[in-house]
Amino acid sequence: MTVSLTLQNVSAHYGPTKVLDDLSLHVGEGELVSLLGASGCGKTTTLRLVAGFLQPTSGTIRLGDRDLTRLPAHARNIGLVFQTYALFPHLSVLDNVAFGLKQRGMGTAQRRAKAKEMLERVGLAQFAERYPANLSGGQRQRVALARALVIEPPLLMFDEPLSNLDAKLRVDMRVEIRRLQRANGTTALYVTHDQEEAFSISDRVAIMNAGRIEQLDSPEVLYSRPANAFVADFVGFENMIPMRAIAEAGDGVRAEMAGGATLDLYRSDFTVPGRDFIFAARPEGLTVAREGKGISARISLRTYLGRAYQYRCNTPAGEIVANGPLSDPLEPGTDVVLVPNPAQCCLLKAESR
Amino acid sequence: MMSRTHPLLVAFAGLTFIFLIGPLIIIIGTALSDTTFLTFPPQGLSLRWFENIFEISAFRTTMVTSFMLAVGGTALSLLIGVPAAYAMARYRVELPKFLPNVFVLPILVPEIVLGFSLMKSVATGLGFPIFTSLLIGHALLVLPYCVRVVGASLNSFDFSIEEAAVSLGCPRWKSFFTVVLPNVRAGVIAAFILAFITSINDVSISIFLTGPGISTLPIQLLAHMEQFFDPTIAAVSVLLMGVTVAVMAVVEWTLGLTFLTK
Repeated sequence: MTVSLTLQNVSAHYGPTKVLDDLSLHVGEGELVSLLGASGCGKTTTLRLVAGFLQPTSGTIRLGDRDLTRLPAHARNIGLVFQTYALFPHLSVLDNVAFGLKQRGMGTAQRRAKAKEMLERVGLAQFAERYPANLSGGQRQRVALARALVIEPPLLMFDEPLSNLDAKLRVDMRVEIRRLQRANGTTALYVTHDQEEAFSISDRVAIMNAGRIEQLDSPEVLYSRPANAFVADFVGFENMIPMRAIAEAGDGVRAEMAGGATLDLYRSDFTVPGRDFIFAARPEGLTVAREGKGISARISLRTYLGRAYQYRCNTPAGEIVANGPLSDPLEPGTDVVLVPNPAQCCLLKAESR
Repeated sequence: MMSRTHPLLVAFAGLTFIFLIGPLIIIIGTALSDTTFLTFPPQGLSLRWFENIFEISAFRTTMVTSFMLAVGGTALSLLIGVPAAYAMARYRVELPKFLPNVFVLPILVPEIVLGFSLMKSVATGLGFPIFTSLLIGHALLVLPYCVRVVGASLNSFDFSIEEAAVSLGCPRWKSFFTVVLPNVRAGVIAAFILAFITSINDVSISIFLTGPGISTLPIQLLAHMEQFFDPTIAAVSVLLMGVTVAVMAVVEWTLGLTFLTK
């Protein structure tokens, strides 16, 4: 059974603070959507609203054709995986997994068989009689995953499930989560603050900020075409240079930045002459060169990244971070040109705020 | 390398030990004396004063009363204390900060004041029967232990576990019994034991609330002492000590004593 999850104009207030502000979100059938953002952005609140642990101030939450909004949490039939694993310490691994089946009134023999089968799928069949305290972190999270999957929920939700694991295990586990979610075709909502984790596991990612979704897109689109300065900053566009289009120049536009320097850019539909915009570039989107067409700068600091040198450069428009090739190390104080590489740059609308 | 212990430290530790254990040994010795007056070391060995406790009907009835009060008062207190501790741990952020302190008040207020105010309010004010008043008094007296000890267990309880149970289809009220309670069981048992011992040894609250026909063992002990200065008092004391030690021994065997101080 695959269904979609729809949040429509959901707001949540704690007293005077708006934790969620008119949030709408659609997770398609069998799709995995991540909510990504810093702590306090509202991602966990969103998950808890869907789980039924919190009540929205307004708005509706639908799962397929069921309205969840006023349904008590235990009746929602959602599989949840917690950051702290939240296994039942007083029950064996097998009884942990069988817990949800027991609540559904399944007989002892049947639920034990089904739980055992699920444990086999996550590779923990031999630990069935152990207690959670005798398992490693990775094994515990597998049990938690099995426990959530065995009830065959139409929706799976993950609340920072890998944050308590070490780096190597995190990668293994996220592959496993994705594999199981795909195999079952279960719709999933995944909350994390780790960008790499969100991008690697998700069909689409919602970048959240201050109770709103800033952008909801595939990881590829988010990475290459952020919709605004917040998202651009989040996905690593370290340089944000305010510019004004002053004239057309060939296929593109000629832009002026603070200090009067100009730069010829490829055209974007809103960079008509006279319009302000933001030129956003990753450090690798600007190549430090001795000469060429670009932004004139002077190197103030060089650091070694392994794959390249990174330079902090002073320009009339402020400090810019750019990379340069390993073959040609440049000393601080050298006058250089920062040449834009369009694939690693983007143009953003100037924001009124 | 073994480090040598300073002889003065050994002496100091030994003295402390004697200071703690000494009075108890004297009481036990006195209780076993064959004389009709309190004396130590005992002159002759006899269990007659222990027999005497059970021959005096007032001791028999007050023993039953004390036991019923300890069990009933503690049970009543847990019935209030466990939900209170649960609410304060679960909604720590939402509830006012001073709330947990309210439940410690019965310990902070001098027991005599508590006893007197209970007499004025519950016994004479509301006119409750003596046993009921005593039961309320004892429940109140041990409430801080119940709330604090169970609360300590609940504070280290991860409430995600409860939410996990709910998400798996177990209603909130049922989750409390199937998931929360089994995991704070040790705290509840510890609270019961501390409360039981506190209640069974209490004098200052009971003295205000006892009345004609109903008394507790420690109060009866005081009353007896005013008339007879014989080793019966020592024998009763040994008996109370025995109950306490027995309870502790059960804890030690089943759960380990460290868990009371955890």
